[in-house]
Amino acid sequence: MTSAKDERRPAGELEASVMAALWAAGAPLTPGRVQTELGSGLARTTVTTILSRLHEKGIVGRERQGRGFAYFPVQDPHGLTARRMHTELDRDEDRETALARFVAQLSPDDERLLRDLLESGEPLESGEQ
Amino acid sequence: MTTLLIIPLLVPLLLPFALPGLARRCLERLAPVAALWALTLTVLVLAGASVAALGALLLTGLLKLPVLAGLGDLVHPLRTPSNLIVLPLAAAATGLLTVGAATLVRSALRQLRAFRTARSQADRGPAAGDLCVIESPHPDAYALPGRPHRIVVTTAMLRSLRPEEREVLFAHERAHNAGNHHRFLVAAEIAAHCHPGLRPVRDSIALAAERAADEAAATAVGDRRLTARAIARAALATTAARSTRPDFAAAATTGPVPQRVAALLTAPGRRPRAATWIALLLVACATVSASAAATGVLAFHHEVEIAQGEETG
Repeated sequence: MTSAKDERRPAGELEASVMAALWAAGAPLTPGRVQTELGSGLARTTVTTILSRLHEKGIVGRERQGRGFAYFPVQDPHGLTARRMHTELDRDEDRETALARFVAQLSPDDERLLRDLLESGEPLESGEQ
Repeated sequence: MTTLLIIPLLVPLLLPFALPGLARRCLERLAPVAALWALTLTVLVLAGASVAALGALLLTGLLKLPVLAGLGDLVHPLRTPSNLIVLPLAAAATGLLTVGAATLVRSALRQLRAFRTARSQADRGPAAGDLCVIESPHPDAYALPGRPHRIVVTTAMLRSLRPEEREVLFAHERAHNAGNHHRFLVAAEIAAHCHPGLRPVRDSIALAAERAADEAAATAVGDRRLTARAIARAALATTAARSTRPDFAAAATTGPVPQRVAALLTAPGRRPRAATWIALLLVACATVSASAAATGVLAFHHEVEIAQGEETG
């Protein structure tokens, strides 16, 4: 991915990517770490701008770290409700739907096949490309 | 009146059984977006024709009953083939329509409830762009149609993917939303309840939607192999802990995953000639079904008018 390509993406998409990185990390991240974490061509200033915007919206919190800030996702005040609703959704599920969707399709053979693919795909990350 | 009334009504009831095989070939030969459109339109025509035929058979049976014949202002008895043929057919049609309507209502209520839950949950929290994160130990991700479109992803899913794989997931879900794939899934769901033969086609349509989103994601990230790997990893993470979503909120890990992964790992080579044949077969299927149902319903209507003494045979 080129820097130009990433910089051209809509602001909403960039916000989503940054937010995802913060949630995945599970610990406060500095703009520099977010930039490394994303591994994309975003300029550090862009990352900082996005983080400040998310902070203004109240979606991320921040704490002092060194000379700058480290950012972390804020579970909104309704977070508990959301979690409960997700559990509701889980329970509400028609068993047959889930069985048809995943288990039936990922048979032990399928699972092995996918695992083989993941393993064979590994060297691609450092090597071939 | 002869068997002329009955035969055109049987064609739309038998044709749906030929569609699943055709649908699988359609998926193999056509580009995913083309397959999605072709299958959905065909399935809708076949479902409509089947319901019309069942309705005509049901009414034929009802008008055989003296009480209802009186209510229908029939002055002559309705001319049909032997009651031994018509009445069992009418009874079967009644059964199929009743069961179809009942399962459709049940499924609609269930999915609407699940959709509302998912929607209110997504609207509650602030979103970063179109992303809605839910703290949950179950890896799950789905596109949530509506205004505005959202991508709902659980923290467990975010943590089981690498950054570049998360971009694949987002691109996939955005493609579902941008392509309004939920409409295709709803159409397939409705059709599945109209005729039992159309049930397997629902899965083909769901797979076509997933494939279309996969291809869009591969184009967005510019790497088919990375796309395949992201899907495989998400699927493996999801099998470990199953979760739920409304059926018409398309998920990143539904569909026969190995098929999707394999399709991404092979170069997108198409056989235009085979694709044209499949498309023509689908069009033929829909045309025959629709015109047979129309012929049957018109013939039935004509017979009713004769029985009402308004026309002479």
